[in-house]
Amino acid sequence: MKFGTLMRTGLVAAGLVASAATSAFAQAGDTIKVGILHSLSGTMAISETTLKDVVLMMVEEQNKKGGLLGKKLEPVVVDPASNWPLFAEKARELLQKEKVAVVFGCWTSVSRKSVLPVFEELNGILFYPVQYEGQESQRNVFYTGAAPNQQAIPAVDYLMSKDGGDVKRWVLAGTDYVYPRTTNKILEAYLLQKGVPKEDIMINYTPFGHSDWQSIVADIKKFGSAGKKTAVVSTINGDANVPFYKELGNQGIKAKDIPVVAFSVGEEELAGIDTKPLVGHLAAWNYFQSVKDPANAEFIKTWQAFTKNPKRVTNDPMEASVIGFRMWVEAVKKVGTTDPDKVIDALIGIKVPNLTGGISEMLPNHHITKPVLIGEIEGNGQFDVVWKTPGLVPGAAWSPILDDSKNLKADWTKPVNCGNFDTVANKCIGKAAK
Amino acid sequence: MQFIRPFSVLLSVLASLALAGAAHAADLATLVGNLASGGLSEREAAITALAASGDERAAPILEALGAGQLYTRTSDKLVVIGKTDGNRLALTEAVSGKPAGNAVEADLERVRVNNRLRGTIEAAVGSLTLMSPNARTRLSAADALFKRRDATALAALDQALAAEKDPRIKRAMSEARAAIVLATADSPPAQKLAAIALVRERGDRDSLGILKTVAAASDGEVKTAATAGADSIEQTLAAWQMVQNVWYGISLGSVLLLAAIGLAITFGTMGVINMAHGEMVMLGAYTTFVVQEVIRTSAPHLFDVSLVIALPLAFLVSGAIGILIERTIIRFLYGRPLDTLLATWGLSLVLQQAVRSIFGSSNREVGAPSWMSGTFQLGQLNITYGRLWIVVFALVVFVALILLLRKTPLGLYMRAVTQNRPMASAVGIRTPRVDALTFGLGSGIAGLAGVALSQIDNVSPNLGQGYIIDSFMVVVFGGVGNLFGTLIGALTLGVVNKFLEPYAGAVLGKILVLVFIIMFIQRRPRGLFALKGRSVE
Repeated sequence: MKFGTLMRTGLVAAGLVASAATSAFAQAGDTIKVGILHSLSGTMAISETTLKDVVLMMVEEQNKKGGLLGKKLEPVVVDPASNWPLFAEKARELLQKEKVAVVFGCWTSVSRKSVLPVFEELNGILFYPVQYEGQESQRNVFYTGAAPNQQAIPAVDYLMSKDGGDVKRWVLAGTDYVYPRTTNKILEAYLLQKGVPKEDIMINYTPFGHSDWQSIVADIKKFGSAGKKTAVVSTINGDANVPFYKELGNQGIKAKDIPVVAFSVGEEELAGIDTKPLVGHLAAWNYFQSVKDPANAEFIKTWQAFTKNPKRVTNDPMEASVIGFRMWVEAVKKVGTTDPDKVIDALIGIKVPNLTGGISEMLPNHHITKPVLIGEIEGNGQFDVVWKTPGLVPGAAWSPILDDSKNLKADWTKPVNCGNFDTVANKCIGKAAK
Repeated sequence: MQFIRPFSVLLSVLASLALAGAAHAADLATLVGNLASGGLSEREAAITALAASGDERAAPILEALGAGQLYTRTSDKLVVIGKTDGNRLALTEAVSGKPAGNAVEADLERVRVNNRLRGTIEAAVGSLTLMSPNARTRLSAADALFKRRDATALAALDQALAAEKDPRIKRAMSEARAAIVLATADSPPAQKLAAIALVRERGDRDSLGILKTVAAASDGEVKTAATAGADSIEQTLAAWQMVQNVWYGISLGSVLLLAAIGLAITFGTMGVINMAHGEMVMLGAYTTFVVQEVIRTSAPHLFDVSLVIALPLAFLVSGAIGILIERTIIRFLYGRPLDTLLATWGLSLVLQQAVRSIFGSSNREVGAPSWMSGTFQLGQLNITYGRLWIVVFALVVFVALILLLRKTPLGLYMRAVTQNRPMASAVGIRTPRVDALTFGLGSGIAGLAGVALSQIDNVSPNLGQGYIIDSFMVVVFGGVGNLFGTLIGALTLGVVNKFLEPYAGAVLGKILVLVFIIMFIQRRPRGLFALKGRSVE
């Protein structure tokens, strides 16, 4: 009897504690927190502020539809100020202090690399919405921007084709950091493999924010006068693009003589330039504002209403943010919880419509399927799509062209469950490969 | 009966003429119809057909196509040319040239072209306009054919050559003809040799390209001649490249001079380490942007003088903010260089973020007035008017500043205060007021620099950051406190940079310049032109 009472009291107490715990949990969980990790000041603010606004807009839209799992979404915005180590600190703050369910963030590859260990350690989820150099696949990160095979390689193929001008000589110009260097390494290997002789490839790097392009543009002109059709593949990033394009116009390099295909110049970057001298230069992306599609028209309308600016442009990383957000929402709905492990597993195979009329799918390597579009710059700062891939291209985490990654594959489903699986040695390399 | 015969002949001639005219028009209509329908390859065929038709009415249609002004009206599939007229497009029928009302862009479908077609169009327009009464049109037609080397245009070119009187255009046409002859594999060698001589004389990069292609593709005498021609052009171009590097160096130097000259006053003569100097430049650039916005909305005809209007305003805005900063912050920190450095650094961040909050983080478009756009050719050297004006402007600012310091009472006070503050104070100069004015002057000049830099760089909140390090480098290298040192320092660094860049690359070039300056400062701690005497302490 005595034992029974004790037992009962114990059970009640345990129940009380348990219920107290759950009610506390329920209270903290009235909202689902969504972290936004984009620079709002410093060099990258020009590009990243827009993405913050896009995620805020998506959160607002979702809340209008009644939130997620019956709860409202609550955005938590932090400013890593274009300072790479600060990205890691802010990521820690979001995951540990704010306990966000998911983070949308980063633009430059160096910022992504700086937050990777934090997401791994604290088991968070990061959606990365920008085109990048590939050669990476991490369990906690979902890459909704383009991998090199979804942007750089198709762009080069287009230029080699008859429509693209049958280009025989190549200038690979980039800003001096990890994304252009890796992309150009892949492109160089690809061009050599295609039989382009080494002397027909010129590689040039410039510092961030380079503003005096006179001699480099003159060099390009010189390189282009060898009697073979020449094109420039530009991985020049950020602010440096405006003076670069101005100088091209100044020195009279027309798109029909030496076309420039850019991987980092979109509608937003062209907003600050008079594009009339640039008509015909190219950009390769997976989305353009000018794409005629009902979903895109709807998105542009919502965006311009949200920013209260009827002239506000949209661009590719914005679309990637939207796709990432929608995928996360679908995955959370599917498993009925925001528990990271479950959501990470559920995300693979999720399909959501993109804004160019297709359905993008999250692949086991944490990259997505996307169409590749080549657009020519028009006089009004928009792009005219001149070529697109027939279907969607699946993103490849590891480049099959480079020797050190051709045997690697990423697959986060069982039984492989590895970001860098060596198919020859048949084992997971793990962290050593980074 | 006898008079009926000639009459009937006349009648039939007239009828056939009318018929031919109608057939011609119908022909043009079909061709234009083909142009607007079908895919890119069909479009290319239609362009070539239009060029072959020799119909001069086709030229404006093709030009419109190349400029992206050719549309199909969705309602009735009529091919029209649309020119922007306010928010709507004023339409003319492409074939007949009659006005066809107006429409918004949504009601029209643009006939699309890509780069390859643009080239074809250029050549087609070229061959159609070779006989144009306008000399400039003929010249650009010849140039277009030179670039495109379209063999089908040869007949038209020969015809035009025979009729041409202007020696300059005649020359351009024969060069175009030569280029076409060289591009055609089966032209007789004698013709090719003559063509090589002509192209070699032209001597620019395009000619080099042509000769190199010929040298690679042919053999025997032609190959030797082409190789020799290419070599001689290459030698001349190498000499021109030296000139070009010097010019680019001067141009870069003038930008550095503009950015640094204000700092030469605040840092050089006053000794204030002003990290917010770049932001004064940025404010000047934004002033230009605001001036242009106002002009765009209220007085578009003043656009060409917008920069002239912006200059005094930028000087006043940056100068006033400079004085405000000096009065509220810097004057409490004189003699404490580290504190000044930190305070002005913080201030620069505040100013950047303030501008970002007001104008947004994206770049703002500052247009170039017509007298600053375009280029002119000097030998084989392309000089852009914009760059040329910036060089001139930098020198004008420099001379004006020297005159101000040497010839005006304010300049006298400034020199007195910087050279010996207690003595200046003792003879009755109000040193705090002179300090404020000097700082304001330095900041105002930074504002002027901003107006010039808005023409070549991004107008964004980060504009100033890119120049602050270079500015300090120039001032320290040239010798603190010496304006001539700043001038020589800026030009030297500019030219050295531009000579290193082609060999070492932009990144390594910058590093080498930095290393060079560090070594130089080790040898001569006071820079190129050190001030001598007590004033230094």
